[in-house]
Amino acid sequence: METKLRAVLPDNELLRLHEQMLLSREFEESCAEQYTKGHITGFLHLYSGQEAVAVGATAGLHLDDYILSAYREHAQAIVRGAEPRRVMAELFGKATGVCKGKGGSMHLFDPSLNFMGGYAIVGGQFPVAVGLAFSAKYRGEDRIAACFFGDGAVNQGTFHESLNWARLWELPVLFICENNFYGIGTEVHRSSALSSIHRRTCGYDIPSEKVDGMDVIAVYKAVKYAAEKVRETGRPHFIEAVTYRFRGHSMADPAKYRSAAEHEMWKARDPIPAFAKRLLEEGIATQAQLDAILAKAQATVADAVRFAEESPWPDASAVWEDIYV
Amino acid sequence: MSEMTYRDALNLAMKEEMRRDPSVVVWGEDVALYEGSFKVTRGLLAEFGEQRVLDTPISENTIVGVAVGAAMGGLRPVAELMTVNFALLAMDQIINHMAKIRFMFGGQTFLPMVVRMPGGGGSQLGAQHSQSLESYFMHCPGLRIAYPTTPADAKGLLKSAIRDNNPVIFLEHELLYNSKGEVPEDPEYLVPFGKASVMREGTDVTIVAYARMSLLALQAADVLEKEGVSCEVIDLRTLNPLDTETFLASARRTGRAVVVEECWRTAGLGGDIAHRIHEACFDTLLAPVGRVAGLDVPMPYSREIEKLCIPRVETITQAVKGVMQWQPT
Ligand SMILES: Cc1ncc(C[n+]2csc(CCOP(=O)(O)OP(=O)(O)O)c2C)c(N)n1
Repeated sequence: METKLRAVLPDNELLRLHEQMLLSREFEESCAEQYTKGHITGFLHLYSGQEAVAVGATAGLHLDDYILSAYREHAQAIVRGAEPRRVMAELFGKATGVCKGKGGSMHLFDPSLNFMGGYAIVGGQFPVAVGLAFSAKYRGEDRIAACFFGDGAVNQGTFHESLNWARLWELPVLFICENNFYGIGTEVHRSSALSSIHRRTCGYDIPSEKVDGMDVIAVYKAVKYAAEKVRETGRPHFIEAVTYRFRGHSMADPAKYRSAAEHEMWKARDPIPAFAKRLLEEGIATQAQLDAILAKAQATVADAVRFAEESPWPDASAVWEDIYV
Repeated sequence: MSEMTYRDALNLAMKEEMRRDPSVVVWGEDVALYEGSFKVTRGLLAEFGEQRVLDTPISENTIVGVAVGAAMGGLRPVAELMTVNFALLAMDQIINHMAKIRFMFGGQTFLPMVVRMPGGGGSQLGAQHSQSLESYFMHCPGLRIAYPTTPADAKGLLKSAIRDNNPVIFLEHELLYNSKGEVPEDPEYLVPFGKASVMREGTDVTIVAYARMSLLALQAADVLEKEGVSCEVIDLRTLNPLDTETFLASARRTGRAVVVEECWRTAGLGGDIAHRIHEACFDTLLAPVGRVAGLDVPMPYSREIEKLCIPRVETITQAVKGVMQWQPT
C-alpha cells in the first residue's frame, strides 16, 4: 500500500513539490515554443516527463549541498531556486541571463544556490562533482555533492574513474542517474552491457538503489535517505531513478526510434497529474487550489519570456571578459 | 641564493606554498608515497600528511577534473600528470572544463589550480613518451601556461602559478630536472607570468625560445659570437600570457629573428610567433623570420635518429646563419 502523503511531508511542502513540477513543465513547454519561434537557438534539451526526479531529489537535499548536472538541466536549476526570468534570458542569449548569455541552455550556473553547473560533455561533470566533494570534506563542511546524469553517461570512462575515486577517498557524493532509457536514439540495452544501471556500482562497493522516477515522493524519500547516509558515512551513494522524457532528445529530434505505444504507456504515468490526483484524493488540495498553482506557474513563465525578450544582448566587449581573472 | 636543481627548486616552491596556504593540496599518480615519478614531490607527504598529498588512481581525466571541482570549491589543487603524454587522456577536462568554466559560466567562478607535467623528448623513450605538446595548450584560450628554463624560474614561476587565480598548465622539461642554478631562498621570490627574460643581449639577431630550447640557443649564441654574430636570446618563460612586447622590441632592434620550438613544426607555436614578428616589424625586418622546430615525425627510439628530430645547437646556428645571409638592400 502507498504511504499517505501527509506521513511524508506537511501540506505546504507537498503543494510546493507540485508547484515546482508544474513550473518546470510550463517552463520547458514554453521553451519549445520559443525555440520554434527562433528566440531560442542552438541545442535545446527539454525535461518534460522527468520532473519528479529533479523536484523530488532537490527536496531531499540541503541548500548547502552542491548540485551538478548535464545539459538537460533547466529544471534542476529552477527547482533549486534560479530565477526563471534569468534562466529564460540565458536561453535567449541575453546579457541578463544567469551566465550573462555566455552559457546558454546547456551551461546554467549559479554559485549563490550551490548550483555548480550544467555540462555539455557527456560524463564531464563526474570528476567535477568528486572535486567539489573533496573540497567540502577537506574544509570540514557539512555538505555533499549531488551529481545528476543520464543512462548514457554511465558508459564514459569518467563514470568509472569517479565512482572508484569517490569510494576510494571516501567522498560525500550522491550519484543520481536519470534513466530515461535513451541516449539520443540509442536505447539503454543497446549501449550498456548491464542495463540495470544501479547494479553497476557493486564493482566500486557503492550502495545503490532503484527508484520510480515518475513518483516525486519516492524520489524524495530515496534521495533524502541516501543524502543522510552520505552525510553520516562520508561515502558515496547511488540512485537510479527510472523515468522517461516525453520529447525527443533535443528539439532537433522527432524521436522516431520509439513506438507510439511505448510513449503512450509512459504518458499515462505522467508524474504531474499522478501527483495531483493523490493531492486531491488525500484532501491536501482542492481542484481550485491546483488550478491556481497552474495559473501562477503560467504567469511566471510568461513573465520570464517577456523579461528575456526585453533584455539587451551582451555588449560586444563581453567576448573578451571572464576568460582570465 | 643557493645552488640547487630544477627539480629541487620546484619541490621547494610547492613546500613553501603549502606552508603558506593550507588550501594548497597536491595529488597525482604516485606523488605521495613514491614521491613522484621524477621525485619532484619528495618529502611532501612526510611534511604535509595524507590529507594534503594524495596518491590517485591512474585516471588522468579525473585527476584534472577533480582538481577543477576542488578549485571551484575553494581549494588550490596542484595536480601532477606523470608526463605530458598522458595529458592527452585528460584533454577533455583540460580543454572543455578547465579552460572554459570561468567564461561559460559568465565569470561567476574561477579555478585557482595548477596541472604540472613533465614534457619534452630526448631520453630514448619512443614515440608515446617523448612529446612536446605545448602548442596544443597554447592554442586554447582560458589556460595560463608556464614552461621554466632555469631553476630560479622554476621556483618563481611555480609559486606564481599556485597563487594565480587562473588555471595553469605548468610544463617541466624532463631533461632539465637535474640542471643546476642559483635559486633565491626568499619565500616571497616570485617570477611574474607574462614577462620574458632576456638571457643574453645581442645586436644582430633575436632568438626566441623557451625551456630547454633556450639553453640550446645560449650555446648556439656562444658559437656564433666566435663567428662575429651577436645574438640576443629571449626565454619566453610563459607561453600564455606571451610577452610579445619583449620579443617584438628586440626583433625591431636587431632586424632579424629566429624562433626555436621543441614541438612539431607544422602548426607549431613558432609559426604564430614568427607571424607576430612579421606583422609588427615588417618595416624594419632585414630577413624573414627563421624557424627551428622538432621534425614532423613521431619520435624514434634509436639514439642516433632521435637526436635528428629535436632541435640542436647546430640546427639553431644554421638557422641564424640563414637569416644573416639576407643583406639589407
Ligand atoms: C563526450 C560526448 N560524447 C557525445 C556527446 C553527444 N551527446 C549529447 S547527449 C548524448 C546522449 C546522452 O544520453 P544520457 O546520458 O542518457 O542523457 P539524456 O539525454 O538521456 O538525459 C550524446 C551522445 C556529448 N555531448 N559528449
